[in-house]
Amino acid sequence: MSIELRNVAKQFGAVIAVRGVSFSIGHGELVALLGPSGGGKTTVLRMIAGLEMPSSGDIFIQNQRVNDVSVRHRNIGFVFQSYALFKTMTVFKNIAFGLKIKKWAKSDIDFRVAELMNLLELNGLEKRYPHQLSGGQRQRVAIARALASKPSVLLLDEPFGAVDAKIRQELREWLVRLHHDLNVTTLFVTHDQEEAMEVADRIVIIAKGTLEQIGTPREVYEQPSNEYVARFIGVMNVLEANVTSGIARVGEMEFPTSSALDGPARIGFRPYDVQVSTDLACYRYRAVIKHTFFLGIMLRLELEMNSGLVIRTRMTKEEYSQLGLDDGKEVSLQIRKYRVLASQSGPLSSEVAYTYQMPPTIAEGI
Amino acid sequence: MSQHFNAMPGFRRTMGFTLFYLGVLVLLPIGGMIFKVFQLSWGDFWAHATTPRALAAYRLSFGASFLAAFVNAIFGTLLAWVLVRYSFPGKRFVDALVDIPFALPTAVAGLTLANLFSPNGWLGQFLVPLGIKGAYSQLAVVLALIFVSLPFVVRTLQPVLEQMEREVEEAAATLGASRFRTFISVVAPSLLPAVLTGFVLSFARALGEYGSVIFISSNMQYKTEIAPLLIVSLLEQFEYSAAMSIAVVLLVISILLLAAINLLERWVSHFHR
Amino acid sequence: MAGLTTRPLRGDTAKSQRGSEETPFIKWLLICIALGFVGVFLVLPLINVFYQAFHNGIGFYFESLREPDTLSAIQLTLVITLIAVPMNAFFGMAAAWAVAKFEFRGKALLITLIDLPFAVSPVVAGLVFVVWFGRQGFLGNWLDAHDIHIIFALPGMLLATTFVTVPFVARELIPLMQANGTDQEQAALTLGANGWQTFWYVTLPSSKWGLIYGIILCNARAMGEFGAVSVVSGAIAGQTETIPLRVDKLFHSATSAAGVASFAVASLLALLALLTLVIKSYLEWRTERAYALAQRSESNSA
Repeated sequence: MSIELRNVAKQFGAVIAVRGVSFSIGHGELVALLGPSGGGKTTVLRMIAGLEMPSSGDIFIQNQRVNDVSVRHRNIGFVFQSYALFKTMTVFKNIAFGLKIKKWAKSDIDFRVAELMNLLELNGLEKRYPHQLSGGQRQRVAIARALASKPSVLLLDEPFGAVDAKIRQELREWLVRLHHDLNVTTLFVTHDQEEAMEVADRIVIIAKGTLEQIGTPREVYEQPSNEYVARFIGVMNVLEANVTSGIARVGEMEFPTSSALDGPARIGFRPYDVQVSTDLACYRYRAVIKHTFFLGIMLRLELEMNSGLVIRTRMTKEEYSQLGLDDGKEVSLQIRKYRVLASQSGPLSSEVAYTYQMPPTIAEGI
Repeated sequence: MSQHFNAMPGFRRTMGFTLFYLGVLVLLPIGGMIFKVFQLSWGDFWAHATTPRALAAYRLSFGASFLAAFVNAIFGTLLAWVLVRYSFPGKRFVDALVDIPFALPTAVAGLTLANLFSPNGWLGQFLVPLGIKGAYSQLAVVLALIFVSLPFVVRTLQPVLEQMEREVEEAAATLGASRFRTFISVVAPSLLPAVLTGFVLSFARALGEYGSVIFISSNMQYKTEIAPLLIVSLLEQFEYSAAMSIAVVLLVISILLLAAINLLERWVSHFHR
Repeated sequence: MAGLTTRPLRGDTAKSQRGSEETPFIKWLLICIALGFVGVFLVLPLINVFYQAFHNGIGFYFESLREPDTLSAIQLTLVITLIAVPMNAFFGMAAAWAVAKFEFRGKALLITLIDLPFAVSPVVAGLVFVVWFGRQGFLGNWLDAHDIHIIFALPGMLLATTFVTVPFVARELIPLMQANGTDQEQAALTLGANGWQTFWYVTLPSSKWGLIYGIILCNARAMGEFGAVSVVSGAIAGQTETIPLRVDKLFHSATSAAGVASFAVASLLALLALLTLVIKSYLEWRTERAYALAQRSESNSA
């Protein structure tokens, strides 16, 4: 194992930032630490680096317990969110800093820095100062600096947070390529699920200081371990239903549930799992297309059922035109796959409206 | 001083050294003096601290410092306003000149001011026909104190004026207020905390001033003797207890003023956020 | 007292005549009053020093500077400054590191404590050392018995000078180091640097202009300190006279030649003041840039 956490917790005064988190990362993996802001993921990263001390639990790097090893001896590469480049040093000196500290021979330093400048496409910028660089260049200098002394793991805190959307995409692809070339164990923190899905081999989801799930992007998307993950990853229709004798009912819709649940429950399904046809006899339920949103290549449709229930679905432009859909048109639909997210026997809180409204945060994204 | 874990090294060492240095060089000496004064009976202390000569010295010190700070509050505000709001040739140069009292040793300031305001000095000669005595009078004390405490109001006010949103004044203008009205009801209130801070800083500096005053003042008991000078005279007469009693009075006032300045600065930063 | 060291960051003041600005007449009237005030109260005294110094001709000027007692005063001032300033610079760096890079309870109190010497009258600053080391002081008898001289000798003058100049460097460094944050230092730590290396390679270079600025101010005050030093010096010509004390003595001797000589000696300090102002203006420009850089790298992380 390259990195392993065993029941690691962190408390700042009265605030519990991380509670009993355990996971491990194999050699050469590219892993994302994903979660909402303030959820404790950066604290986890900083504890691995040795910039914070865990309140309890053990941290292992390369199978060696490092709790008592100071940050300077952990042999990690850390890329700060702000990059934290040394303002008074040139690009060359920034990258060479760790090597100089570790007393490398001058010729070795020159060689290594040149190698990294080449790898990170920074050639010609040796003599520049950080304030003379673009955001993307700064980030690459920060990564080069972190990689210079061949750390056993590379840790990045919100690596794409400080650059604008356009460069972001380039940097993502570029990080994947870099990781592929170097094969160094890499752990990065992000609050952007899309970013985590696109870049990482595996995703560690942390919210409110608790580990929610670890898995490949596909696993966390298709088999979320709980409702939180299901709603956090991707977009989901969530309906408040009522279960009686094995069937969850909401509006005119019925969802058979396996177990003998009774009482309120939440039913979730992805927009892609809504099948639509203009042939009104094709599927069981009827709805009217209330509004079509253009999201580029994809379209998002709001379907209003007779009971007033609103369901969101997505399709490509081609499907849309093949089916001959349009706003105001009546369609038939069915839900191909769904999931019982949670149920409880007690009464639901009063804020749950019968007409389902999707929370705005979940409506964005994929 | 407790401190939670921080990966940054050296807290204990630097904090230890800081406390040690301040303790040995500042707190221990001051504490020693206070301890000595505490060994006096309250009656003795009070008698030393409130002799007619001491009272006269306080009166002069407070009065002259107040006047000096007041003059600086007015001219300092004007100067800061001109330096921030207007552009004119040599502005940066004038701005640098404001720091002369900080850079010029007080003895030199006293020396040259005494000469300037003496009856045949460059400025003193104009005062003679008016029947005003420039140097070696109570006025001289005020003049010296104006000089040494001049930069405080300007330097406190400048950043505040620079951060002030002009839109507020423009809004007042669009609402039909005259320029004078705008200044009185919009600008002045938001400058007040900073002016007051500068005033107290000036006052505190003037109250403790010694070097410049002894050159320009005639240093006569009951008339032109400031409190710090009284301490020195008592010391030269080996009146240690009396000197320390007055020193403790000044020290307590200094500490109160420092506390007032801290509160005022908090008010200023609160005001401008 | 913070006012001493808070410098305004000069923005570009708009040159355009705004609708909500004073009329040109009022504007120029205010400028003239302000310039008149600066001229009479600041510039004239400074010019007067040099005018009076050369009153008896340039030959007399240099002659008065070459007097043995004056030369020894210059030497003593340099010795005191050369010890007091580095001590306070070192203190300033340690205090700024502790205050700017860490969070702890009692921080505001500590900063106030650092400021205390600014608020205390110089005379009181001298007196507190007399209370300890004077003949009647706590250690007076013991010092006497061991023939150690502190008051009316170099150590006392050094202590008094150091006392009044304690805050200068710390006062400059703390805000600058706070503005710089701790990210760069943390980065250095992850790259294997120890505390000392981190300070030397990262913290010091990014706050060096503030440090030099503080040292310049500290130096000017240390060389020019009068009140505190006069209380503990005894002003023995050729032995415990610093330049300001020498000015005082010459001024108070009866002869007019001594009066002119006092201005000649004072002109040295006035020159120091001018030099300080020039370097200060230059450094202000540099530190403004340092602050701007600190802010820029911060805004990039936002």
